[in-house]
Amino acid sequence: MSEASQTEVHYSVDADQIATICFDLPGRSMNVLTKTSMLEFHAHIEQALKDDNVKGILITSGKKDFMGGVDLAMLGSLCDPFSRTPKEERAKEGYELILGFHKLLRAYETGGKPVACAITGTCMGGGFEIALACHYRVAAKKEKAQIGLPECKVGLMPGFGGTQRLPRLVGVMAASEALLQGKSYTPEKAKAAGFIHDAVDEKKLIEHAKKWLKNADPKKDALQSWDQKGYKIPGGGPYTSSGYQLFVGGNAMTLDKTKGLYLAQEHILSAVYEGLQVPFEDAMRIEVRHFTYLMTNPQSFNMIRTLFLSKQALEKGARRPSQEDVPVNKLKKIGVIGAGMMGSGIAFVAAKAGIKTYLIDKDQSAAERGKETIQSMVTKLVQKRRMSEKDAALMMARILPKTDYTVLKGSDLVIEAVFEDMKVKADILKNIEEAAGSKCIIASNTSTLPITELGEHITYKKNFIGIHFFSPVDKMPLVEIIKGKKTGDRAVARALDFVKKIRKTPIVVNDARFFYANRCIIPYIEEAHRMVTEGISPALIENAAEMLGLPLGPLQLNDEVSLDLSASIQKATAAALGDKYEPSPAADLITKMLQKKRHGKKSGAGFYDYDGREKSLWTGLEKLYPITEEQPSLEEVQTRLMTIQTIEAIRALEQKIITDIRDADVGAIFGWGYPPYTGGPMSYVDMVGSTLFLRQCEKLAKTYGKRFAPPKLLREMGRGGERFYVRFAPEL
Amino acid sequence: MPQAYIYDAVRTPRGKGKKDGSLHEVTALRLSELTLRAIAARNHLNTQKIDDVILGCVTAIGEQGACIARSAVLAADYDISVPGQQINRFCASGLEAVGLASLKVTAGADFAIGGGVEAMSRVPMASDGGAIAVDPSLYFKHGILPQGVAADLIATQYGFTRKQLDEFAVRSHKRAASAQKNKRFADSIIPVTDINNMVILDHDEMVRPDCSLEGLSALNPSFAHLGTQFGFDNVAKLKYPHLERIDHHHTAGNSSSIVDGASAVLVGSLKAGKSAGLTPKVKIKAYTSVGSDPTMMLSGPLDVTHKLLKQAKMSAEDIDLWEINEAFSAIALMYQQEFQIGLDQLNVAGGAIAMGHPLGATGAIILGTAIDELEKRNLNTALIVLCVAAGMGTAMIIERV
Repeated sequence: MSEASQTEVHYSVDADQIATICFDLPGRSMNVLTKTSMLEFHAHIEQALKDDNVKGILITSGKKDFMGGVDLAMLGSLCDPFSRTPKEERAKEGYELILGFHKLLRAYETGGKPVACAITGTCMGGGFEIALACHYRVAAKKEKAQIGLPECKVGLMPGFGGTQRLPRLVGVMAASEALLQGKSYTPEKAKAAGFIHDAVDEKKLIEHAKKWLKNADPKKDALQSWDQKGYKIPGGGPYTSSGYQLFVGGNAMTLDKTKGLYLAQEHILSAVYEGLQVPFEDAMRIEVRHFTYLMTNPQSFNMIRTLFLSKQALEKGARRPSQEDVPVNKLKKIGVIGAGMMGSGIAFVAAKAGIKTYLIDKDQSAAERGKETIQSMVTKLVQKRRMSEKDAALMMARILPKTDYTVLKGSDLVIEAVFEDMKVKADILKNIEEAAGSKCIIASNTSTLPITELGEHITYKKNFIGIHFFSPVDKMPLVEIIKGKKTGDRAVARALDFVKKIRKTPIVVNDARFFYANRCIIPYIEEAHRMVTEGISPALIENAAEMLGLPLGPLQLNDEVSLDLSASIQKATAAALGDKYEPSPAADLITKMLQKKRHGKKSGAGFYDYDGREKSLWTGLEKLYPITEEQPSLEEVQTRLMTIQTIEAIRALEQKIITDIRDADVGAIFGWGYPPYTGGPMSYVDMVGSTLFLRQCEKLAKTYGKRFAPPKLLREMGRGGERFYVRFAPEL
Repeated sequence: MPQAYIYDAVRTPRGKGKKDGSLHEVTALRLSELTLRAIAARNHLNTQKIDDVILGCVTAIGEQGACIARSAVLAADYDISVPGQQINRFCASGLEAVGLASLKVTAGADFAIGGGVEAMSRVPMASDGGAIAVDPSLYFKHGILPQGVAADLIATQYGFTRKQLDEFAVRSHKRAASAQKNKRFADSIIPVTDINNMVILDHDEMVRPDCSLEGLSALNPSFAHLGTQFGFDNVAKLKYPHLERIDHHHTAGNSSSIVDGASAVLVGSLKAGKSAGLTPKVKIKAYTSVGSDPTMMLSGPLDVTHKLLKQAKMSAEDIDLWEINEAFSAIALMYQQEFQIGLDQLNVAGGAIAMGHPLGATGAIILGTAIDELEKRNLNTALIVLCVAAGMGTAMIIERV
């Protein structure tokens, strides 16, 4: 028996002299590597290696999944750029901590006893790295299980040998998607990729692994290929003729993707490049040095906080009224009114999540058309093997196209997604309430109309809420939940229960024109319009945005959502502001574009031409607004584009549309594509420093107008260099 | 300080740089040996007077590794007291080698030889590896493009059309063909012979007198696939964000060809020449190198020429003949545009598009061509310049004596 404590990792030796080390963290559904589990694992490995009675080691999990990875909260203070511990000290501590565990993996990898890993289910990050150091890896064949190294998605990299063992195992090319994109694999795909040796029936997993251990020859089988004489990296290292091409191409493709903004990809590539040229012992240190650099860089701190910790917290219900006050609703039946693009999209995600969904439209054929749209989406998924035929049939059976509102009786939630017209919506809301009754939560998917005002059209106003989906609904990860003045807790809880059920990320905001995401994206697109009218090269505008890390250039984005929408937003804004409305040159541009019948991508002509094989900027734009000889610097264009959206997010916080800054950061990245490497607008300003950002706004306001004028909140915070995550620290 | 003069310049013919090229059977050592032998023989030199032999060679591995210059010195039966060194300034190595040889002279040497060798059919380009585009830590600072994509970037930046590039290429072939016909290279070209003194090749074998615009326009762009499929175009846009896309106009027809060849140039002081009974051809008025944007890579000729003219207190109008290495059509066109050079003054005997570009040797080859043409046309001043990988440029101004 191991004398070490066994609170998180258990140890036992069976009659066949196989030591089983089993991760099973109490009170958690998923194992993670905590300080305790690392210590216990360490002790058990040492015990197994030194005990002559142990002939083989099995590493596994007591849960349906193997491991989610390292407990990122554990890194917390080591990552924190605002920590009182100087960076050098944090780096040293992190380096030792990571290298220590690295050495443990190396110890059982070279300990002379065969080690097998029985992967019970999902096996990510540090979990997969533990497995990679084993001589044999077998996984339970589970469709939903994921195997991979997702570290780069939060600005980190594998630190327990992942960047070294995976390329040594399968070659640089085969490892590249897992390492650089954080792509994960089902057990069967992981087997096909050579990441694991076998995938077997769940019930036979342990037996299978033990059988391998019993038959293993310690001289031959307890040795990784890279520890054997004559080992060659599959596909070649950096200075072989094939490897050379691979690295040059890989560098360029990665730089193209990251635009040089994401440090993780850069350092993963470096660790692979440097590590593959030296023996494994040197390679370990190389990897840990790069890991340490990333870990102590503010970028990974911001990315971990927003993309992992905050996102997870919001998904788990951080903004939900307590379950004691409002019990969780299972959402068995919902209604969706309007079978157009948005309505069908909502019905699709609901039915996919197992919810019986009534899809209602004016006439039966319209409702049926909506279901057909969904059918074609489902067919594509089946063709791509991302859904089984059985699941597809079950899902389609959950969608019931109707015209009669009476079927809504007893619904847990009804969402209207009809034409954006106050009067049309008002009538429909009344009809919904009449049919569904006083207990049903009613939501609008409006993106432009005020929720409070819409809510006036029903009797039980506390039941009404905004649930704003982004288009296309099946792809966009964020849902914006909007509280009207009279929206009650039950409605908020129901909306959040629904979003959780369809596995999207929610933010909760208060009602104001265009809510949060659109409120910020509109001035950003308008800024690009202004630049065009100033004679700035459209290519420069588009490239500048992409080089900031936005997914699309603003003009392309405008083409995607259509220029008609821009026109109607301008019209609505003018109407809402009345005398206060100042006509913008952006409005002239849109008017001229529409006069030229350039409505956007759908019409085949917008800021871009879409007739060729590749879209290209419309050359006629230069005739409308000639490109000036003297062009601004890239930095100037980027500063305007970045500041305009960031300052709007601050205004939303100041005006209490945002009440939790996690919503501001997560919503910005997943709602409109705010550069993820920043961690969102609040993290961005914290990192730049509020004083510097304030000065930048003042300078821009002087040059370009008061749309850049810093709001009072920013002026206050900038004066003392205050941070958003201090002043508005979310309650954890 | 003594002034450096050029007394002689020789080169081998350029053979097609593939397995079916005439020089494929000849070693790099033999090519450089022949040029060194020719320098010694033609000038009746006591090789003890040679202070150093500096040879440019870009892919210095395999038979071209381990300091090919010293090997060549020994193979050419120079006195064992003559040292040798191999240098690498990529495509300008040959000119840089002559420049360094001139510095030996200004530092007090009697004679020094600069030149270069590259047997590209035998030692493939880029087979020596190198961190520049492979090590991610550098790549993410300066995206390095394949040279062809960099040339396409320049063509896009300057708005050159495919037709303009092809026209330049046709002109290169026509001029080279005419120069061959009129024996303009006779003074400097030395035949490559075997151990029986039988001739293997005595002329540049890539020149196509029948090269036509129609023929060239039928060729497919060579670098479009690389640029679009491997992200290089977008890497270029990170530094040149005003470009919407990169136009891929360069083809095998309007880019320099891969060849085998070697060159050597004898540099010495006036005094040493006099005592050896030699007459100088030109003096090296000024020479320098420069770094430029490594992503655009091939715009170095502009920067280095501005720097050199300033250094020499001269202006573009003072130059009678210009030799710019035709790595790609766009490089020559960019250069011509920048310095407003008349076509009758630029690459008058054709260039690397027609005759090929044996990387380490080219600089000294086109220097020799410039000397020959100055003499034949009875002109005074020439400027020789090359674009260089990784964003560099090397140039030299020579003046008739």
